[in-house]
Amino acid sequence: MTFNPASFAVQVAALLIVLAAVHKPLGIYLTGVFEGKTSSRPERLFYRLSGIDADTEQTWPVYLRSVLAFSAVSILAVFGLQRLQGVLPGSGSLPPVDPWVAMNTAISFVTNTNWQTYVPETTVGIFVQMALLAVQNFLSAAVGIVVVVALIRGIARTRTDRLGNFWVDLTRTSFRVLLPIAFVAAVVMVLGGVVQNFWPTDVVNQASGVSQTIPGGPVASQEAIKILGTNGGGYFNANSAHPFENPNSLISLFEVFLILLIPSALPYAYGRMVGDQKQGYTVVAVMGTLWLAATVLMGWAVAAGQGTATAAAGGLGEGFEQRLGPVASAIFATSTTLTSTGAVNVAHDSLPPLAGGVAMVNMMLGEVAPGGTGSGLYGLLILSIISVFIAGLMVGRTPEYLGKKIGPTEMKLAAMYILVTPTLVLALSGITVLLPDIMANAPATGPHQFSEVLYAFTSGANNNGSAFGGITTSGPFMSVMLGLGMLLGRFLPIVLVLALAGSLARQGKIPASTGTVPTHGPLFGTLLLGVTVIMTALSYFPALALGPLAEGLLK
Amino acid sequence: MNILTGYLRQLGTALRFLLFATLVLGVAYPLAVFGAGQLIAPYQANGSIIKDGTGAPAASALIAQAAADDSGAQDPRWFHARPSAVKWDPASSSASNLGPNDPKLLDAVAANRSAVAAAEGVDPAAVPADAVTASGSGLDPDISPKYARLQMARVAAANGLGSDAVASLVEQYTSNGPAAFLGQPSVNVTALNLAVAAAARSSQPAQSK
Repeated sequence: MTFNPASFAVQVAALLIVLAAVHKPLGIYLTGVFEGKTSSRPERLFYRLSGIDADTEQTWPVYLRSVLAFSAVSILAVFGLQRLQGVLPGSGSLPPVDPWVAMNTAISFVTNTNWQTYVPETTVGIFVQMALLAVQNFLSAAVGIVVVVALIRGIARTRTDRLGNFWVDLTRTSFRVLLPIAFVAAVVMVLGGVVQNFWPTDVVNQASGVSQTIPGGPVASQEAIKILGTNGGGYFNANSAHPFENPNSLISLFEVFLILLIPSALPYAYGRMVGDQKQGYTVVAVMGTLWLAATVLMGWAVAAGQGTATAAAGGLGEGFEQRLGPVASAIFATSTTLTSTGAVNVAHDSLPPLAGGVAMVNMMLGEVAPGGTGSGLYGLLILSIISVFIAGLMVGRTPEYLGKKIGPTEMKLAAMYILVTPTLVLALSGITVLLPDIMANAPATGPHQFSEVLYAFTSGANNNGSAFGGITTSGPFMSVMLGLGMLLGRFLPIVLVLALAGSLARQGKIPASTGTVPTHGPLFGTLLLGVTVIMTALSYFPALALGPLAEGLLK
Repeated sequence: MNILTGYLRQLGTALRFLLFATLVLGVAYPLAVFGAGQLIAPYQANGSIIKDGTGAPAASALIAQAAADDSGAQDPRWFHARPSAVKWDPASSSASNLGPNDPKLLDAVAANRSAVAAAEGVDPAAVPADAVTASGSGLDPDISPKYARLQMARVAAANGLGSDAVASLVEQYTSNGPAAFLGQPSVNVTALNLAVAAAARSSQPAQSK
């Protein structure tokens, strides 16, 4: 298979042009949803049925408590109902899901990770897929969005302890944003060849004598929200490499567009909500620059096609689908790891070593370009606060961000946020490689074996969910380790973000002076870009050197 | 105490929210997509099933359908699909997940290369990469045009067809236009083999068992 640079350039340009055209209207629509004062009739019914007091705004601890209560209930429900598979309708002949796998899967889908330690075809039936996992695809994406909305309100508001109402935000995000876009996307996918039925079809080829059972299922409805909500958990084991999830290269490009759609429109909504559109443009420019750089790097690494087996095969092919090929797979691989998606249309384990390395670095950047739904923007806003702090140190002034003082409290919260994920990734990988019995689950040899482990925990703690699939993680030890990584990697940052939002909201607004570092424009954008890249490099370089860099440079 | 009742109330709200959200997002939404799909695109929504001459479902155009024995060797009468980590069984789907420097992958590639070269009677160096590497899904229905051309002579001979007839069928089942540009030109083996079988039947109407 050959890498066609013209096709690569056209697809990258098309994505940038279409997203640039769409981000403003979608950003305006999102702002209306987040700032709307009125509820529709079905929403009011929904609030009454759920016991939600929609008129009361919450303080940050209460908002946080709602996030945690909702996530805890979701994890318990998804776990418990998987254990009841068999007696539930639509389970087919499948038994209850293994408890360790069910635990890992419940955490995985509620944290927007969608790490799949199970083989869907032989583990979960239509009920679990449709009523548990796909529902969490909506709700975990919505939780990420509402958390960044609370942070934006904290930045925009003054002298208040109120950040909005979690339940109202969650309802509106789910039903006014995700549901309509997912429905349209699902219909487009069906037109492109993605399956949406509830039965398998037996086929018999009279000429060759082959008989097959072609699987069915509500695939398109799940695929649409899996991609739109930057979730990534496939209906089938092969994920978006499966022809029924990704039937052709046009749908593949459409899926990449959907992955980037909401995360790249949120900065516009951010600029609008803080009343300074330049802020939003600077953030989206940094996201776009990082995305473009990472995509070109991925394209180069895939096209270079390193590897002894690749050379022996006479080119790329292992783990690729013929109809998609290396260009569509490089673009998909980079966008899925720069967001918290983790869907794959090529086996990442078989990518050339440096391409696998780029995928890891994308996640290690904290998934901020443009990142997961909501989580990408709050990640980049935290990095913006770190950047004004560093700029403040250089000019000897108390740092400010949009008129809010970045004092010791705010800095501690931001610093802890930046430390959580690298600590989890490196500590959990470090513990795992010390256990020979566990390492037997990663049958590769040399630096590639370490890459498989590092990739797993990078993916888990960053709530990505893509994998170097050679590693087996269904045993109790790995289920728990990855479960911890996903849980802490999701909720510790959310605690810190909401605490920061509360602390910023309480402050008054200081008018900008000549000593204030402007947080928009090319200068600040460059600083933010530099801080993002250097933070990642400092945290992860030694680990990367032992894995993908060693493998890529040795050969 | 206040905090405790606060927590309990939140948990109750969470449970009810999840229940009602599930009815909308987990039941109504997939059913609505199902209804829309059956209405406007039933062929795609039901798995792109191709029927044979008698109208019976014969294959899915999107799923590989390889006639292979237990060792994985494919029937010489038909165009061969790419190697598969799941032996082309649509009840599962997977890549090999072997790293690009893995000795096991190196062995598999070498074995596939000599097997294809022997089956087609060509120089091993002429075998393209897609013919010796396992696909991402294990169900890849497509091969490269180069691999299809390599197989034309064998398939034509085995089915008693002229090489021109087979070449034009290959041409007919090769992707073109935007799909080929965004992805790469591909030959759908599943649909092609059904067309080959139909051509073989109609070219030998008198030959019956």
